[in-house]
Amino acid sequence: MRALFALLLWPLLVAAAPTSLITALSQSRIDINTTFKGADLLVFGAIQYPAGAVPDAPPDIAIVVRGPAEPVTVRRKARVAGIWLNTDRIRFESVPGFYAVATTRPIADLADDRTTAIYEIGISNLQLSPASGASEGETRAFEAGLIAAKRKARLFVEDTRAVTVTGGVLYRARIAIPAIVPVGDYTAEIHLIRKGRVIASSSVPISIGKSGFERWIYVMAQQHGLVYGIAAVVAALLAGLAASLIMRNR
Amino acid sequence: MDLYLPIAEMSVNAIVIILLGGGVGFLSGMFGVGGGFLTTPLLIFYGIPPAIAVASSATQITGSSVSGALAYWRRGQVDVKMGMVLVAGGIIGAGLGQIVFRKLQKIGQIDISINIIYVLFLGIIGTLMLREAITALQAERRIAAGDARPPARLRRHLPWIAALPGKTRFYKSGLYISPLAPLLLGGIVGILTVIMGIGGGFIMVPAMLYLLGMSASAVVGTSLFQIIFVTAATTLLHATSSKSVDIVLAMLLLVGGVAGAQLGVRAAQRLKPEKLRLALALIVLAVAAGLLFGLTLPPESRYTLYSLQ
Repeated sequence: MRALFALLLWPLLVAAAPTSLITALSQSRIDINTTFKGADLLVFGAIQYPAGAVPDAPPDIAIVVRGPAEPVTVRRKARVAGIWLNTDRIRFESVPGFYAVATTRPIADLADDRTTAIYEIGISNLQLSPASGASEGETRAFEAGLIAAKRKARLFVEDTRAVTVTGGVLYRARIAIPAIVPVGDYTAEIHLIRKGRVIASSSVPISIGKSGFERWIYVMAQQHGLVYGIAAVVAALLAGLAASLIMRNR
Repeated sequence: MDLYLPIAEMSVNAIVIILLGGGVGFLSGMFGVGGGFLTTPLLIFYGIPPAIAVASSATQITGSSVSGALAYWRRGQVDVKMGMVLVAGGIIGAGLGQIVFRKLQKIGQIDISINIIYVLFLGIIGTLMLREAITALQAERRIAAGDARPPARLRRHLPWIAALPGKTRFYKSGLYISPLAPLLLGGIVGILTVIMGIGGGFIMVPAMLYLLGMSASAVVGTSLFQIIFVTAATTLLHATSSKSVDIVLAMLLLVGGVAGAQLGVRAAQRLKPEKLRLALALIVLAVAAGLLFGLTLPPESRYTLYSLQ
């Protein structure tokens, strides 16, 4: 009886529901192990339209994958007595360890600046929270330096062609995770944009962590420094002793 | 073969690191030096953060010095009393060096400081070795031409060292001097061990011979003895305070280093010691010049990021 009721109501419910996004990831956990060389994260899913009515205009999708934010000090080198030394610095309070944005079109064409700024779509829209004190020009120069360094390390990535949409419904994008990616809790945010407005969003967590031996070493080094140090010394001594025995027997 | 280093947080080619350790091991077997002064700059050239290069290199030296130290120990060529004094000084020095290291790390100048100290030290030591090697080669040539062999210089320790109070006997070293002198020497080398990631043998050995006036038979064994303890203490200091010891990196270097050293020892037996010293001097100067060049080169980007954890 209840099933029948639901079935009768189904078209009404669907008609009333707003457009929504269904998202899945190729993996919700990325393990950094001994042979980790980076990973390819596949973000994919479907757009669910009210009553299944797919509009004629192709939809725009923006996918933002970001890692945990942390404070970062940016230092600038200057030539002092012929050599390059760190001289000035500015602290940025919240710099994502990883930030990748993939879209269907250039970000400027997706929506107005205000919208992209609110959703932090695009590297130039990141709120890095520079510490006040320096002049605006200086801050901007340091910010550009920070972004350039992160881009070079492939930790900040912007690809305005990476999202493909099939049949106006299915979307997918491949996000390259580099080997030096910081560990922590990540999120993938997917925004559906129509006529310059974000009409649906979804968010999926991803965790990136060291696993197995790598994790064990890292945790030991961070939390039990003394034990780790002793272990390192003992391991080195044993390796040296073993080598000396092998060589003597020859 | 790519391998992810858990502390350096980067993927490296394991073969390259093992070969790097092997190359340095070869040179160290050939010249009888620890080779830390080559490992650290080479790791920096490869792209390992200097702080991690320094700390892991110290760990590697502990392991690579064991076999040599044991060999000298069996032959009774280790002056344990002298070694203990040097180690005590070395640990004090390492502690002081660690304070400096942390300070420099906090103000973001550690990388540049490591580079500058390397350029200065390798430049000075390389020049001294080059001069000594050339003089020795010229003397050889003169002897070969029929000149009389010049009388060996009598080694006496320096007057100010003889004047220090609290003299005690170091039997194997054939010395009756104040322990303050080796304590100070150990301290200076300890500071360098922490900041440069070197065993310090190439400073310690000449200092023991020419400053303290130790008998030559005990010098190398005692130097190795002190290197093991001071580099072990350095590993502990780095592991507890700067957390920059990468055990995987140290082990890779060790694997290559031990094998390379054996080959180096064999190769050295076919070469003249003066020529070996000349070659070593040139290598040291080349590394110094490379580092200096790197310092003056405009950086690819003037901006560097330092995360604060």
